[in-house]
Amino acid sequence: MSEKMIMPFGPQHPVLPEPIHLSLVLQDEKVADVIPSIGFIHRGLEKLVEKKDFQEYTFVAERICGICSYIHGMGYCQAVENIMGLEVPARANFLRVIGGEFSRIHSHTLWLGLCADAFGFESLFMHTWRLREKILDLMEEITGGRVIFSHVKIGGVKSDVDALMANKILDILKELEPEFREITSIFLDNRTVRSRMSGVGALSEEEARKLGAVGPMLRASGVAYDLRTTGYAAYGQLDFEPIVEKDGDCMARCQVRIREIFQSMDLIRQAVGRLPAGPIDVPVKGNPDGEFMARLEQPRGEVVYYVKANGTKMLDRMRVRTPTFANLPPLIQVLKGSDLADVPVLILTIDPCISCTER
Amino acid sequence: MSFMNASKVMLRSLFSKPATAMYPVKKREPYAATRGSIENRIQECIFCGICSKKCPTGAIAVSRDGKSWEIDRFKCIACGACVGACPKKCLDMKNNYAPPATKKSTDRFVQQPQPQAEEKPDA
Repeated sequence: MSEKMIMPFGPQHPVLPEPIHLSLVLQDEKVADVIPSIGFIHRGLEKLVEKKDFQEYTFVAERICGICSYIHGMGYCQAVENIMGLEVPARANFLRVIGGEFSRIHSHTLWLGLCADAFGFESLFMHTWRLREKILDLMEEITGGRVIFSHVKIGGVKSDVDALMANKILDILKELEPEFREITSIFLDNRTVRSRMSGVGALSEEEARKLGAVGPMLRASGVAYDLRTTGYAAYGQLDFEPIVEKDGDCMARCQVRIREIFQSMDLIRQAVGRLPAGPIDVPVKGNPDGEFMARLEQPRGEVVYYVKANGTKMLDRMRVRTPTFANLPPLIQVLKGSDLADVPVLILTIDPCISCTER
Repeated sequence: MSFMNASKVMLRSLFSKPATAMYPVKKREPYAATRGSIENRIQECIFCGICSKKCPTGAIAVSRDGKSWEIDRFKCIACGACVGACPKKCLDMKNNYAPPATKKSTDRFVQQPQPQAEEKPDA
């Protein structure tokens, strides 16, 4: 056994889309311990709630993260709507499901691409993102934005999906599904991919529960925990089961995300098929007074939105607990004892979103 | 588990057109719903200033005396709050993005004096 040494990983590193720093304590080629540090892109968005009124803050909430922006906006709006006692129209709830599931597809596809890039499969990375582009185009056509959708507002949604657009969504999904099956089968079957992910970074069910893992990280360890089953927005009226894998390794996390892409496509089909008629928003009158905690399922896991209002148009406090923050302790657990060469893949399998974590 | 199952996809992409567009030559058409940039039909504007109050980033400056309406396109996030709030509906969300620029500037719209005195029906 050689002496222990510390190797810095990040904040600028080719596999990291966003800055996080990990001090890896190495013994030979094995990681003995990990000391994470965050705080490179803190923007103080929670403090900004004192400067923007509660309607304007929807735009700030969406900008917490560039990948899961739709569900951030939705979480904030749900919290404020609950405080104000606003009844969101059924159609708006279904449209929120459609938008939320499209953003889940695009987020998981983005992750698949980044993961392929992390283990050095460049052409697979390009092909995955080719498919993601079509989803982004469709989102732009529905909501008007490609990354920051600004579709959800307090009291409903901003734009409607007409019959023509609904048919187009179904057509595009029909066309994309075989393409997604083809590309994702490479992740699931290819020997090169499996050799990098199978049996790497296994997290047992007990550890996942104890360390507070959320989202695909938790479901890959065999815990059927999906906030969508609580039935917020229109999820209560749609049929689906949380996707669970048993192994808890990188491959299981990849499988959960791939199966969730197809689950999301199914949810969109269900939502488009059952889209009720009616208005898409209700007028917002007065100011919120009270507090509420909204919990939603983001592509990366559970997000908690706490909003406290005081009856004026400025909120008292807004707090977000984002999924990546919850997934950092399990990440450290899986990194301990892993090979140095597996560190990039392991970091990516929690689907890190550092902008979310630091807000 | 299979070996070389990616090669079918890779071979197909070798003999097909690139998935990306040749950008400067072929420009991407924006969708009708795309939130690109804000335009003001200035002759219909009443300079009430509601748009500048509703703007979450403070990108709009309205001068009632100078009859001018100014927008900082670098601050504007194209959220459409001003378009929804405009009482005269003279603000439009265009689907083309504001062009890139080398230095920051604002776009200024000035209302031309109208020859007929039809401006005061709702006094």
